[in-house]
Amino acid sequence: MYSNKFNCLMLGLYSRNRSAVCGLVQSAPGRSGFSWTAVCKQRSLKLQRSACLERQHHPMPCQISTRSASQTTVDPDEVRRFQSLASKWWDEQGDFAALHAMNDLRVPFIRDNLLNVHRARHPGKPLAGLRILDVGCGGGLLTEPLGRLGANVLGIDPVEDSIYTAQLHASYDPDLSDRVSYQACTLEELSSEEKEEQGADQFDAVVASEVVEHLADLETFAFCCNQALKPGGSLFITTINKTNLSYALGIVVAEQLLRIVPSGTHDWEKFISPVELERLLESNGFSVQSVQGMLYNPVSGAWSWTNSTAINYALHAVKHRDDPQPDRAEERSPRPEDHTAATHS
Amino acid sequence: MMHKLTKAALAFNGLGRCFIIEKHVPAVKIIRRGLVSAEHGDDSAKNEVYDVIISGGGMVGSAMACSLGMDPNLVGKKILLLEAGNKKVMDKVPDTYSTRVSSISPGSATLLSGVGAWEHITKMRCKPYKKMQVWDACSDALITFDKENLQDEMAYIVENDIVVAALTKQLDSLSDNVKVKYRSKVVKYTWPMPHHAADSIPWVQVTLANGETLQTKLLVSLTTSHNLDLFLCPSPFFSPLFSFSSSVFQIGADGPNSMVRRELGIPTVKWNYDQSAVVAVLHLSEPTENNVAWQRFLPTGPIAMLPLSDTESSLVWSTSHRLAEELLELDEESFVDAINSAFWSNENQSELIETAGSLFRGALSTIMPSAGSPRQLPPSVAGIGPKTRVMFPLGMGHASEYIRHRVALIGDAAHRVHPLAGQGANLGFGDVACLTQLLSQAAFNGKDLGAMQHLLEYETERQRHNLPMMAAIDLMKRLYSTNAAPVVLLRTFGLQATNMLPALKEQIMAFASK
Repeated sequence: MYSNKFNCLMLGLYSRNRSAVCGLVQSAPGRSGFSWTAVCKQRSLKLQRSACLERQHHPMPCQISTRSASQTTVDPDEVRRFQSLASKWWDEQGDFAALHAMNDLRVPFIRDNLLNVHRARHPGKPLAGLRILDVGCGGGLLTEPLGRLGANVLGIDPVEDSIYTAQLHASYDPDLSDRVSYQACTLEELSSEEKEEQGADQFDAVVASEVVEHLADLETFAFCCNQALKPGGSLFITTINKTNLSYALGIVVAEQLLRIVPSGTHDWEKFISPVELERLLESNGFSVQSVQGMLYNPVSGAWSWTNSTAINYALHAVKHRDDPQPDRAEERSPRPEDHTAATHS
Repeated sequence: MMHKLTKAALAFNGLGRCFIIEKHVPAVKIIRRGLVSAEHGDDSAKNEVYDVIISGGGMVGSAMACSLGMDPNLVGKKILLLEAGNKKVMDKVPDTYSTRVSSISPGSATLLSGVGAWEHITKMRCKPYKKMQVWDACSDALITFDKENLQDEMAYIVENDIVVAALTKQLDSLSDNVKVKYRSKVVKYTWPMPHHAADSIPWVQVTLANGETLQTKLLVSLTTSHNLDLFLCPSPFFSPLFSFSSSVFQIGADGPNSMVRRELGIPTVKWNYDQSAVVAVLHLSEPTENNVAWQRFLPTGPIAMLPLSDTESSLVWSTSHRLAEELLELDEESFVDAINSAFWSNENQSELIETAGSLFRGALSTIMPSAGSPRQLPPSVAGIGPKTRVMFPLGMGHASEYIRHRVALIGDAAHRVHPLAGQGANLGFGDVACLTQLLSQAAFNGKDLGAMQHLLEYETERQRHNLPMMAAIDLMKRLYSTNAAPVVLLRTFGLQATNMLPALKEQIMAFASK
């Protein structure tokens, strides 16, 4: 518990420090041809070292702590930042342009992987009949397209302003109003709620797009995702790798040089490598199906798939049909109050 | 001359690419487009929201509606076609031919058969032609286009009424997917803000003359005036659509589409040809196979004869307004004589050019003895169909932008061309095929159909095709409107050389048949 607090404190301090130095970024633009300066390199190395330091602390609280209801892992600074951005969600050329453009990859990624499992029965509505949870839905940028494909989508986000924006935006479209719903809450709150109401195993898919890089406690996140899913359900994650390149491009270039993303969206320390994420998910009852690299071209403003997961990547995991680790699940069940920050998708 | 033409086409292609590059810096353009802005009606918030409203029926609009209605990815979308006119049903093919006909390229035929209308068209009537001969009144230079050994059809001459009737029949069978409102006149459009602002309706609102207000996520706009193919039936050219025109020839009705473009403030590049076209149905003096489209460039403008049946052809004679009026005044016999002499007369030829031309042709055929094709003579005309003689003013226009937030222009609303290449309807059907494909993909990706991204793709793709085509047609028209010896000589050589180069001709045909 103490170590956890220490961890949060450190994180907070750390990110404040860093925003003073270079700010944070929303998503990484990437061009392989980019050459970064020695200064950037040094800085990222320094950061990496502190990251190692932090990581040593990080897993521990997850293993041992029980948390009080008031405690939260949502960074208040980040919440404030996203509040100020709420009105800009739906400006396709604005601060969230890169996220709008990312739909070109992530919507087909989710759609096609779901269609591999569930056969489309309704022409024009390939995802009809599926329930999807969009964690960290923000203004509903990904929630709406999934709803248009026929899925029944619940978008959750701890930032109430974002949820308000999302609700307002969807309310004008009669096609969406009965398929898309939003709730201002965290994943943990939702899973404890659902447990009380009608038990877990609710969703055919959980989507956490550009979310996990904002989370402090990934173990809890993975656990909650597992709880929210039906057996055999799919978990889709897109996030930023924790590499020197992702720091240089994602934070230095995207924020400082090109200003593609609002400053201070990201904290490199919270980035996670695909290997680490895979390990985490495998240990939480998932089997990872595919990991694919994504590349943003800041000139054309378009995303494309790439073999390299060095910067951004998308991951698809499936929940085991029968829980292979009942012990583990039991061990976790008494702590439903974990708060995993869900920030934006 | 064809060399020059192709070069010009390439140059325009380059220009088109610049456009594309500009697209990649979308912000500027979007902001500019964003200036089209909004008043918000509040009373209409409860109205049904359509996914796509197609404003303007006719050939291209009906094809758009069919095409969207049949796309599997768009099943369940609410699609509405607004047609100002009455429903055009055709129980029985009329005995006489209409003067309003179109040249339908194989590409357009593919689109029409994809929506199931081509079958109806072939059952009613259409006339394929296998060869096209274009020649100069000022010299013997000629060029022929044909598919290898006359095996395949180059294109089809179809009456516009038949195309519309076939599409209407298809729309009837698609009534679950596409709603059609006939006799609906749009009196007002309200444009949304480019991105969502609280409390404003984010859709395009269409107010009809009967007071009804409709909302749509995407408005696809056409001209109302029947979308005549300009090949044969040039539509009223200086309608208020081309609102920059101060021409006295404003005869078009102020349809919804002219309104769309004017209200959006999309600038139009246009040329005033100072020409009119006289159209008529021609009776040939004797039955022939009649599978060649004939076009001769007179100094006053091109005259074309297109096959309708073994004994009938359709005439499009582009000429000066004064001459067109005179032609309209002539009695039938004199009119027929005028047509025959326009196709047969050598009065515009000078000996110098004749000699130079035949020397050049001789030289060419020594180099490539097999290439080129022999000259054929057009059939002679015996009479014209009663009351088929009509005149239209001509021009050319191109909207500098085909799209705005939640609005796409297709067909004549976006581009009008001179009838000489028979591309009017084909460019429109090309727009339909392109927009359908992009909207289908957008729907499959869960996108808002009115979103800018795929509309920009539509604009880029179509301008890349339409601009060079329009430039080429315009250049050709200009090259042939003179009888100055150097120009005539140049175009004579150009045409003859092109005629000898099958590869180049194939390129031209491939581009034109898309």
